[in-house]
Amino acid sequence: MRELSLHILDIAENGIDAGAHLITISVREEREKNLLTITLEDDGSGIAKEVLEKVTDPFYTTRRTRRVGLGLSLFRETSRRCDGRFSVTSREGEGTLVKATFRRDHLDLPPMGDMGGCITALIAGHPEVDLRYSHRVNGEEFYLDTRDIKKDLEDVAIHEPKILKYLGGMIRKAEARLRAMT
Amino acid sequence: MGKLTIDDLKKIKERVKKETALREGGATVKITVHMGTCGIAAGAREVMDALLEEMSETDRQDIRVVTSGCMGMCSSEPNVTVEIQDNDPVIYQHMDANRMRQVFKRHVLLGEVQTDFALARMKEE
Repeated sequence: MRELSLHILDIAENGIDAGAHLITISVREEREKNLLTITLEDDGSGIAKEVLEKVTDPFYTTRRTRRVGLGLSLFRETSRRCDGRFSVTSREGEGTLVKATFRRDHLDLPPMGDMGGCITALIAGHPEVDLRYSHRVNGEEFYLDTRDIKKDLEDVAIHEPKILKYLGGMIRKAEARLRAMT
Repeated sequence: MGKLTIDDLKKIKERVKKETALREGGATVKITVHMGTCGIAAGAREVMDALLEEMSETDRQDIRVVTSGCMGMCSSEPNVTVEIQDNDPVIYQHMDANRMRQVFKRHVLLGEVQTDFALARMKEE
């Protein structure tokens, strides 16, 4: 994956496939610790204990359309390559938490990339699923919650293309402001 | 910074509300962007972005966008399937933002299948 945001999009799709109603995505950058932490939490069906040990094995997948399962294994490899730690914790019936850390100044660390595009792609494909996204760099943070946005929109659907275009633009602006500040 | 400020959302909401009030009937076109790991790695997000951009510029209210997982044809990703009512679905392969714009303008809006990018036409039973 060329961008960290593409990993986020991919892992979030896993959660949605697992029947999640809410996906919580958090990106934390801590300059003094030289650390970047990405977590994705969903309230989907969770992963059975015996399957959990195999989820980062690229030759394990539950799908039948192909025989490899690369999403989590690619994310883990990116994290490992950047001196990070990677974990998947899950309880059947309760949900799954994926956590990846990265050394922030590692040469191999991919750029964050277009989070605006990722969030709008997720909403466009799954308007019924709610998303919480927060990005914090040192003390500065911005966040959004699609439940609040849906409330503001009242009877207008959140996945109307004009709404998504606007939201994507706002997220891109907020990300750029965050980058400029730090 | 805090919560994402969406000051103009209300204005856009009112505009979209007016447009959708004119909407009649259901969707007659379904566009599926395949968003498995393979699709995402190959550029499906950029394809989706271009599609949403095109959608926001058209007045057509009968087009629906959905996403799906991997079809098992990872080497031809990004794949996009266009289904127009009463027509066979067409799967497009190796899509990018420009191809998506072309497929949208020519196939979705005008009904001309873009055979150069087509992987397959599926027969509906």
